[in-house]
Amino acid sequence: MFRFALRRLISGGALLFLITTVAYALLYAGGGDIARRIMGPNATQEQVDRRAAELGLDRPLWEQYRSWLGDALTGDLGTSWFSRQPVLTEVTDRLAVTLSLVVGATVLATVLAVALGVLAAVRRGWIDRSVQVIALLGFAVPGFLIALGLVLLLAIELGWFRATGYVPLAHSPGEWLASVTLPVLALSASAVAAVAQQIRGSVIDALDRDYVRTLRSRGLGFRQVVLKHVLRNSAGPALAVLGVQFIGLLGGAVIVEQVFSIPGLGQLSVQATGNGDIPLVLGLVLVTAAIVIAVNLLIDLCQAALNPKVRLS
Amino acid sequence: MTEPLLDVRDVEVRYPGRGLRSKGFLALRGVSLDIREGETVGLVGESGSGKTTLGRAILGLAPVTSGSITYRGREISGLPRRQRRTLSDQIQVVFQDPYSSLNPSMTIEAILSEPLTVRGGAGREARDRIAELLDQVALPSDAGRRLPREFSGGQRQRIAIARALALEPRLIVCDEAVSALDLSNQKRILRLLTEIQEDSGVSYLFVSHDLAVVRHVSHRVAVMYRGEIVESGDGDTVTSDPEHPYTRRLLLAAPVPDPDLQARRRRERAALAARENHERTV
Amino acid sequence: MTQETAARRHAPGRGRGLPARLLANPATALSLAFLFLVTLVVFGGEPLAPRDPNHSSLHDILVGPGGDYPLGTDGAGRDVLSRLLVATRISVLAALLALAVALLLGVAGGMLAGYYGGWFDTVSTWLTSLVMSLPAIVVLLAARAVLGPSVWLSMAIFGVILSPVFFRLVYSLVSSVREELYVDAARVSGLGDARILGRHILAVVRAPIIIQAAIVTSTAIAIQSGLEFLGLGDPSVPTWGSMLNEGFANIYRAPMLLLWPAVAIALTSVALAVLANTLRDELEGGARPAGGPQTAEDGPRETAHAPVRHRPEETGTGRELLSVRGLRVGYRTPAGVREVVHGIDLSVDRGEVHGLVGESGSGKTQTAFAVMGLLSRGGRVLAGSAVFEGNDLLAGGEADRARVRGRGIGYVPQEPMSNLDPSFTIGSQLVEPLRVCLGMDRRAARARALGLLERVGIPDPERTFSAYPHQVSGGMAQRVLIAGAVSTEPALLIADEPTTALDVTVQAEVLDLLRDLQQDLDMGVLLVTHNFGVVADLCDRVSVMRSGHIVESGPTREIFRDAEHPYTQSLLDSILDGGSARGPLAPTDRKDVDR
Repeated sequence: MFRFALRRLISGGALLFLITTVAYALLYAGGGDIARRIMGPNATQEQVDRRAAELGLDRPLWEQYRSWLGDALTGDLGTSWFSRQPVLTEVTDRLAVTLSLVVGATVLATVLAVALGVLAAVRRGWIDRSVQVIALLGFAVPGFLIALGLVLLLAIELGWFRATGYVPLAHSPGEWLASVTLPVLALSASAVAAVAQQIRGSVIDALDRDYVRTLRSRGLGFRQVVLKHVLRNSAGPALAVLGVQFIGLLGGAVIVEQVFSIPGLGQLSVQATGNGDIPLVLGLVLVTAAIVIAVNLLIDLCQAALNPKVRLS
Repeated sequence: MTEPLLDVRDVEVRYPGRGLRSKGFLALRGVSLDIREGETVGLVGESGSGKTTLGRAILGLAPVTSGSITYRGREISGLPRRQRRTLSDQIQVVFQDPYSSLNPSMTIEAILSEPLTVRGGAGREARDRIAELLDQVALPSDAGRRLPREFSGGQRQRIAIARALALEPRLIVCDEAVSALDLSNQKRILRLLTEIQEDSGVSYLFVSHDLAVVRHVSHRVAVMYRGEIVESGDGDTVTSDPEHPYTRRLLLAAPVPDPDLQARRRRERAALAARENHERTV
Repeated sequence: MTQETAARRHAPGRGRGLPARLLANPATALSLAFLFLVTLVVFGGEPLAPRDPNHSSLHDILVGPGGDYPLGTDGAGRDVLSRLLVATRISVLAALLALAVALLLGVAGGMLAGYYGGWFDTVSTWLTSLVMSLPAIVVLLAARAVLGPSVWLSMAIFGVILSPVFFRLVYSLVSSVREELYVDAARVSGLGDARILGRHILAVVRAPIIIQAAIVTSTAIAIQSGLEFLGLGDPSVPTWGSMLNEGFANIYRAPMLLLWPAVAIALTSVALAVLANTLRDELEGGARPAGGPQTAEDGPRETAHAPVRHRPEETGTGRELLSVRGLRVGYRTPAGVREVVHGIDLSVDRGEVHGLVGESGSGKTQTAFAVMGLLSRGGRVLAGSAVFEGNDLLAGGEADRARVRGRGIGYVPQEPMSNLDPSFTIGSQLVEPLRVCLGMDRRAARARALGLLERVGIPDPERTFSAYPHQVSGGMAQRVLIAGAVSTEPALLIADEPTTALDVTVQAEVLDLLRDLQQDLDMGVLLVTHNFGVVADLCDRVSVMRSGHIVESGPTREIFRDAEHPYTQSLLDSILDGGSARGPLAPTDRKDVDR
């Protein structure tokens, strides 16, 4: 198990390195054009060159990358070209906000999806058909449309929630909850749909397995077999889908934050992109990739814990 | 003395393992066997004995790492794909599972015309040949337009046999060809195979785990155990009065459908086991 | 995934043509109609636009629907209808661009990698995990920062990001099909690689690709409109997303502006998802049998003749343990209930081994499951009784049956591997029933389980106890299952083809074990089998089943010697054991196989 974890950790690190290298190369390949874009079309070539020199863009790409990497390893991701703040501070300031949305949505999605999926698989009939329809809609309709609908209906028409804004947890837990409820709901819809579908499918599959009959033949009750054996065997595939959904949630947060004007990573990315703030964009890519890789690592470890074949081979 | 149709000499098959340090899995450890024109050679063994691998090696589907397989005096192991394809009208196969050996989305006609198109038969000729083949395996002539799942296991196996016969091969490898079938179908398919042999003089390598089936169809029998042939010879002798201890164990292990005979066989087996145990401890 | 092969699942459905079946479902018909409408707008919508979609009139800002502007104007005074028509064209075509790129890269790569395998496997796994370790929107934002706003460019990049979806799908399908025997058969038939890929493999991957394509298109539309919604698109190119952005800016003043693009996006996505769903049901589920067990394949249906009974006087001796009367079992199918067991009588005495013999589909296994109350989904007992130790198992509820299972009746299944839960150790699966049913404490249950493992001839009980099922051989697994079945000392053991999946030498040992245990514990055994050798070895009495009827029953010796029913006789005639050997090919010219 330890060797398995170590192997995954190393391969995750290598992946992160590869991603940052590719991202750096693609983002900085523009060279002089980058400075021109920042200065606008009216600046003289001299001004552009001076700015490029200021930002270190006149050096060969390889050299730029080496010094960036050296800094990055010590925790310095450079300075934003616009706010002049360190990239790391900019990102970590917003990270907590986005993570609270995404983690909240993941937890909600897991709970709802397990309940709906197991219910649909065990009861079948109309419950199953309703869950299927819900899953289809939740999967098909993009999360930000749901967000817009929620804002229009619950916030603007009915006034039950604040339409926009974010209150930090430390400031007021109640208001924090009120401010994240709608975004989390909107965000989790597609994850609920996808995970519920997967759980339904794998529970139905597991229920048909021979060992279910054999365990029941020894006098164990149906409920007991479902809750212990069927769920355990369905958890692996569901976890894999949950991992993919987590990445989707991270992306969905970018747009949902915009709808609710929540000052998270999403908003920061949109600003950085609009401004062409390349050090910040790179920092965001790096942090997002790190989160995704960490989550995938966690899921791999859970899979290994669940599945003796993975763990013992 | 005529030259055998197929001659397998000291064949070793090693499947590559995963990873660089893995030595792989040695499935055949120097196996020799020959098959003559019009002859059925039975190859019997338990799972993992290598009997299926030997069949696949002859068909060019398993990697022969040393030794030789000659067909009519020509070396055929390790041939490149293009040359191997020219053998398709000489050596054919009938697999065990009549479900996965027929593509479920193709009609019977498409399945049977597949080998014919390789040879470049024209449309009309191919159709006539297909009708002939269906007749030969006693399937209705309208079977061609239907899909495999519309047929029972026994009928599917007839289709697989028709496909193998399409190019009039001289050798057919039957890999557990009747193992998935019910008793009565099993006997019918075996009769069909024997009739085809008597008419056409084709040879069979008949791979099976079932000693009774092998005894029924084979002129000669070879017994495999752990990648080696431990005993071979005349079919009747090997399957009723074997010399090798493993073959004897195999023979005594199969229950006979007669309560009194079986009771006796059980006692013999217990005695043999006790003797072997004794020899091992001494 | 079930045991069925990939190929079988993707075979096309039977009966009516696919279009007819799709239209028969109202939701699918509506979806197709809507998608058809969208297609019309995409290819013929632009000339219909009443105005230039980018012409803004400062006099007509946020005009309501009606009059000159059927759907009103937006915040810049542009005609909403014209914008919607043009936006539909651009949004849909851009999504299709993403699909095309993804298909091109993913399908071609997946086919080649799946068929040729090797290092492709490693490289592709790495590439896919590289592409999949960033949320698409973040990549697209980064690309936008460098390349500027262009919906076409961003959708082309999105196509690359989506290509692993197709790659993985095609790769896994192809590498499983490559192992299929029919591909081997095609190779032996002399087909080249290109032909095999084209004829056999493309046929299998086609349906899943079409399904996935509908899903991918819907994803592309969602991502694209999200990106444009953020206001990062080219302002001169109207898309559904940029219209949403415009509407969102005026959400308090003119919420209707959000409606049109939102409806367009939502309906298109839902229509694509519905289509994908129906296609999946039709193309993948359609080939599956209608549910329930297979029925007998050949031969006429048995009519309800009274079975031949040898020595009926020997039954009803008071030692009767299980008595089945008039049992009928049916399975729900779309065409109504299909009966697979047509009213049979059967009894097992205490300490007796009763063989239930028949060919596949004769209903013997369904009979056994019905007695235990463990029929597969869709199956139920239609009539009859099964009296076990004085109680009718079929009359009571599930709770009553659950009480009898384990303590009263034990069960040994056919397939050793699939009948052990792969996620739990062998020991825990043995201990669980002991604790739940017999109320033993952990220590006592463990000791009992270890004792049982030793009793069934497992050389190292401690090790097997803590092993997982995949770590033991099939023969060992079957011993474990037998240990589990007898762990609660049932009076009746139901063994369903207990040795069929085993090698002959292992079969002999397992039969010995079953006989020993039966005698030690004085159990009644209902032994379901198709093998007359097994019958001769173990059974005291035999019942022969065919097409859901029992045609003959009696003491084993009498059935073997004087079978009366023609079916029994034909079965016994088909036995090859003990028959004469074929003999050598030609008496002259012989040589041994191994010279």
